[in-house]
Amino acid sequence: MPGPGRSLSYGVESGTLVSDPMLEKFRQNAAAAGAEVVTARSPDAAVAAIARVLKQEGVGEDGRTAVWADGPLRAAFHPEILAQMLPGVVLEVTRESAAAAHAGITEFDWGAAATGTLLQDASAAAQRLASSLPPVHIALLRADRIAEDIGAALRRFDPARAAFLALVTGPSRTADIERVLTIGVHGPRRLVIVVYEPGTGHAL
Amino acid sequence: MPSDLRQQVRRALEHPHLSAALTRFSEDYRLSRARAYEGVDFEALRERIAARKAEAAQRLDELAARFAAAATARGAHVARLHTPEEVRDYILGVARRHGARLVVKSKSMASEEIHLNAALEQAGIEAKETDLGEWIVQLARQRPSHMVLPAIHLTRDDVAELFSREVGERLQAEIPRLVRVAREQLREKFLRAGIGVTGANIAVAETGSLVLFTNEGNARLAATLPPVHIALVGVEKLVERFDDIVPILTALPRSATAQQITSYVSILTGPAEAAGGGAKEMHIILYDRGRMEMARDPLFRQALQCIRCASCLNVCPVYRLVGGHVFGKVYTGAIGTVLTACIDGIAEARGLEQLCIECGACRDVCPAKIDLPELILEVRRRAAGAAARPLAARAAFSVVSNRRVFHALLRAASLAQKPLADGPFLRHLPLFFTEAGKNRRLPALAETPFRDRFPQLPQPRSERRVAFFAGCLIDFVYPEIGEAVVRILNRAGIEVVFPEKQTCCGAFRALQRPAGSGRGQRAGQRGGVLRRRLRSCDLSLPHLHGGALHGRAAAVALAGRA
Repeated sequence: MPGPGRSLSYGVESGTLVSDPMLEKFRQNAAAAGAEVVTARSPDAAVAAIARVLKQEGVGEDGRTAVWADGPLRAAFHPEILAQMLPGVVLEVTRESAAAAHAGITEFDWGAAATGTLLQDASAAAQRLASSLPPVHIALLRADRIAEDIGAALRRFDPARAAFLALVTGPSRTADIERVLTIGVHGPRRLVIVVYEPGTGHAL
Repeated sequence: MPSDLRQQVRRALEHPHLSAALTRFSEDYRLSRARAYEGVDFEALRERIAARKAEAAQRLDELAARFAAAATARGAHVARLHTPEEVRDYILGVARRHGARLVVKSKSMASEEIHLNAALEQAGIEAKETDLGEWIVQLARQRPSHMVLPAIHLTRDDVAELFSREVGERLQAEIPRLVRVAREQLREKFLRAGIGVTGANIAVAETGSLVLFTNEGNARLAATLPPVHIALVGVEKLVERFDDIVPILTALPRSATAQQITSYVSILTGPAEAAGGGAKEMHIILYDRGRMEMARDPLFRQALQCIRCASCLNVCPVYRLVGGHVFGKVYTGAIGTVLTACIDGIAEARGLEQLCIECGACRDVCPAKIDLPELILEVRRRAAGAAARPLAARAAFSVVSNRRVFHALLRAASLAQKPLADGPFLRHLPLFFTEAGKNRRLPALAETPFRDRFPQLPQPRSERRVAFFAGCLIDFVYPEIGEAVVRILNRAGIEVVFPEKQTCCGAFRALQRPAGSGRGQRAGQRGGVLRRRLRSCDLSLPHLHGGALHGRAAAVALAGRA
């Protein structure tokens, strides 16, 4: 499915990804759509970024939970390590666990820079439950999986194989009362996108 | 115009909030839509959409069959149904088989068309709209007044009142709080419902895929949480190829809500895994009432190109005065008039087609390039059942084309109208326009036309000159708009020239239709006179195309161009 990845350079001092034009465009447009974008230079750093957001949201305290649907980054870590690094995170995603969770973590297949859109084969119900029921959604995206626009990103999927292709741009919104923009009506009110460099950095 | 429609118009005009809200919306929309389309070649885009949808409309039957085969191969149940009864029976049958007591619905115009909620409730099944606007309208026991913003006619106070009643608690009219209440109330319904009903914005024949656009995220919940999903899809949503999604996906959010893209776009190809594990039960109803007949009509076939963005409502000067409860049935505004006539029959639309003033604003913004004014004229012609143009209308043409006679008559009319005027509106047009004005009321004529006011506006001598073609609506009806345009241009240091001998330019387009009406030549002569006058100017401002009613927005746009 993925094409050849583009290589990214690092800002040595800051430890963050420096401006890859496609990533920069993605970041700007996702932010314009109301998402927060953070970058991480390795899978470890991505998990650390998730931990920071969960802490801000109080996950792990007073029984507040988060669900993380299956994906390559999750699979790269041993569940016990994740449990240690991310208190309150539940890896079994069901209707009940997702409906009760404060945050959902899912891993996206592609990004589209022109609109800041995330794309995912969400045929597995867990992906849809974790990304749509909790009020906070943390979306993971590999930095080398950003296409120019939705058209280009869609070509990476085969509709004959994906029963449910999910495109997500910004948080859930409505303007149905007096056309006043209000965030978080049925889906998440907060969308944090963690763009990470898959690199070689993960061990564990 | 039927008297009940006339009364509705009057009530809408007297409504304390409606027209102001719609006018604000319409003005904001023009600007935000233009921003959303920045960097997009709109003409090329709509050319592409129109071509793909026109082709689909010509091959509807074949595409419906291909869609059914592809979706069935993926495990969906596909039914091609023709009447509202068939659709209601089918859905009730599914509900009975599953013992469903509660159905959650994501926005579906087709379900409004068949009055599905009433049928479900009659069968003892609770039906909940989940799109916020649709839920508000459902609680108010009304119908949507706009295809994209169903509750645009209601205020936050109205909503607080409705929600308070629903939850049995006094709620403040604070919008974020009201939205939270909706989330809590409907979340519980999503989790409990036995069936989720959605529409679809696009149906792809080659893959059997459905595409759903929402901002709230209710369609993906309705399609995911209940064990059964029923998608009710008008056959006009069919396109041939998966690639055809992209142009529609580019235009629909920009035209509908001035967004680059909606928060959620879901592409469903066959049943995905159910939320409780296992495969989901998915039903797709391809509903074709009236559509196949439209597809065979060489003129009305065009209306099947519609992607339901509602931009024809947003720019319509009549819609913004009276709203969708007056200007429309299930489908509202310009496209609503055509769809109502085609689907429900001309008798049902009767009157609606007379609300159109043929200004052409809807045609200019339609992302599917539908010639809506032309189709509405055709509805009008068929409604009148008269193919031949009456003599009186032909006489009116020759008057309009003859500037001197026309303007002399208009001046006379501004005096003669006195006994006919009814507040700001004219009840009847003067004698020579009776045929044009039958069943309509027009704005009253101003006492002093713009042409007589212009000499009173001293012009700066400037290198930069603009010729202003006011059009007769500004000239004779809304001269204050012309004055505002001139003031804005002067402020920018521009000298305005008001070429004499300009005559009517579009307000009576409604009359100018059938080929061979003999007007072409004279219109050509008119153009020649004006062209000669333009040579000394840098820029000409064409008449404000039906724009007299768009005064402020038009003036702002002009200032930008100048």
